[in-house]
Amino acid sequence: MTTLLIAEHHDTGLSDATAKALSAATQLGGEVHVLVAGEGARAAADAAAQLNGVAKVLLAEAPAYAHRLAEPLADLIVGLAGAYDAIVAPATTTGKNVLPRVAALLDVMQVSDVTAVVAPDSFERPIYAGNAIQTVRSSDAKKLLTVRVSAFAAAAGGGLAPVEPVAASADPGVSRFVEESLAVSERPELGGAKIVVSGGRALGSKEKFDEVVLPLADKLGAAVGASRAAVDAGYAPNDWQVGQTGKVVAPELYVAAGISGAIQHLAGMKDSRVIVAINKDAEAPIFQIADYGLVGDIFEILPELTGKL
Amino acid sequence: MKVLVAVKRVVDYNVKIRVKPDGTGVDLANVKMSMNPFDEIAVEEAVRLKEAGTATEIVAVSIGPQQAQETLRTALAMGADRAILIKTDETVEPLAVAKLLKGVAEAEEPGLVILGKQAIDDDANQTGQMLAALLGWPQGTFAFKLAAGETALTVTREVDGGLQTVELTLPAIVTTDLRLNEPRYATLPNIMKAKKKPIEEKTPADYGVDTTPRLTVVKTVEPQKRGGGIVVASVDELIDRLKNEAGVL
Ligand SMILES: Cc1cc2nc3c(=O)[nH]c(=O)nc-3n(C[C@H](O)[C@H](O)[C@H](O)COP(=O)(O)OP(=O)(O)OC[C@H]3O[C@@H](n4cnc5c(N)ncnc54)[C@H](O)[C@@H]3O)c2cc1C
Ligand SMILES: Nc1ncnc2c1ncn2[C@@H]1O[C@H](COP(=O)(O)O)[C@@H](O)[C@H]1O
Repeated sequence: MTTLLIAEHHDTGLSDATAKALSAATQLGGEVHVLVAGEGARAAADAAAQLNGVAKVLLAEAPAYAHRLAEPLADLIVGLAGAYDAIVAPATTTGKNVLPRVAALLDVMQVSDVTAVVAPDSFERPIYAGNAIQTVRSSDAKKLLTVRVSAFAAAAGGGLAPVEPVAASADPGVSRFVEESLAVSERPELGGAKIVVSGGRALGSKEKFDEVVLPLADKLGAAVGASRAAVDAGYAPNDWQVGQTGKVVAPELYVAAGISGAIQHLAGMKDSRVIVAINKDAEAPIFQIADYGLVGDIFEILPELTGKL
Repeated sequence: MKVLVAVKRVVDYNVKIRVKPDGTGVDLANVKMSMNPFDEIAVEEAVRLKEAGTATEIVAVSIGPQQAQETLRTALAMGADRAILIKTDETVEPLAVAKLLKGVAEAEEPGLVILGKQAIDDDANQTGQMLAALLGWPQGTFAFKLAAGETALTVTREVDGGLQTVELTLPAIVTTDLRLNEPRYATLPNIMKAKKKPIEEKTPADYGVDTTPRLTVVKTVEPQKRGGGIVVASVDELIDRLKNEAGVL
């Protein structure tokens, strides 16, 4: 059995999500090849070659792959698929965008958001916002999986796999990249951070969010998250949303400030190792899953906490 | 341009579901059902396109049991013109849903199909991408903003690091994210009017689609419960416990 892992990368480097998805790919039992598709992505391919457990890196470079548009990328992967028994991608927005497209072209039912590999054909995955865990067995000849990276440890380094160029496939030409606005931040990336501090609707404004949540996060060297309510209200950017339909995180420490604990939010953070909740309502559901709860006003508690750390 | 919207009947997002103790699935008896929230956003977007003069007709499609009619009525009350129910009592996986929607798209020839990014029951996040693949159309997933032109559609997408804007040649597929719009509530007069709008009934066989699942559900269990926590009295106690008990600081 041979598995193709679709790398998540930014051309000049590899995302942590790739090393984590590699752990899931390795558990399938076969040889793992990693596909790095991009433009000027040699550095990312070299980084992938150093991951322990990678037998070979395929590097596909073309302008069409520069922004990971689903249409050309799916065609590339379908062209390579014949040699593989399984195709795995991290459940990032790139993986979620392209892999179902590949699956349909191969007439395979994808297994989304795999949290455990039970056997090479059987997988655990959460449904209903993580309120139930399903074990499914795939009867398709090829297995197509997206991996919930927060459920897997990153594969170690120390490997030395060869990097082979692969030819780009023709761009179907139906989609064009226009622009992107990606946040540049000194803070750790939300998906891989050891500590996450998240703020909710209680913050009341972007100014207040910036004033009390960010200093605490920076003191802790933490990534910043938010509830949907805080994002919808414009206190925090979209890609900070933690939850069923946002990012799923499992840091060592998760601090939920002024967040009630709706099931959709819990779905994105309840596997954190230690959860701290700060809320003025002692009955807030977030306290049911918090290891440490502090009842009180975030506008007093967060600055005090930041000051005393 | 005709717009097709896919709407799924799912457990209402406010319901905390229960897993059956014997591991055979989720207990859906007497549970409140609603339109998948992302599909409400999809219908809303279609209605706005029609109000803006871009869309000429909105057709809502649902695959599910007879009761999915209610979901279609909601779509009609929000502003869809007519509806198609592909009736089945079986579980239909995203791949088969995409095949059925492909059949509808081939018959209806829409310029745009809008779906939700994810159904909140299976949390699969696949159907729109699969439909795009089967039709050979471009896809604008996780849409934050749409701007429709004559021959192309500009879609701004919510991606991990921020926002990405792509331009797609029509016909195209869009899947909605939360910030695309805020769906309207159906008004009473519109609910009344919706009762007179047509719902056509079909079966998967009409589209020649085999809906046999590819995934066998071996078991369904509750997630691991977290151990109970404690309430601390002060910031000092919190810091002390995080340092000396939890070891995370
Ligand atoms: C389809 C769908 C998908 C969704 N996906 C997500 C998702 O991915 N992530 C997500 O988070 N949500 C999601 N939601 C939304 C979710 O249902 C809740 O509405 C949301 O999580 C609530 O955010 P909140 O806790 O910040 O706000 P609220 O529920 O309003 O809670 C605010 C809390 O702050 C407390 N508070 C107020 N003032 C203070 C103060 N001064 N000091 C301390 N505490 C204070 C209050 O007691 C309250 O508990 C989704 C909903 C739907 C329908
Ligand atoms: N049975 C169904 N009937 C109609 N639309 C569906 C159905 N299943 C999925 N969809 C559409 O596909 C989207 C994504 O669903 P999923 O891929 O299951 O997460 C939903 O938001 C709907 O728009």
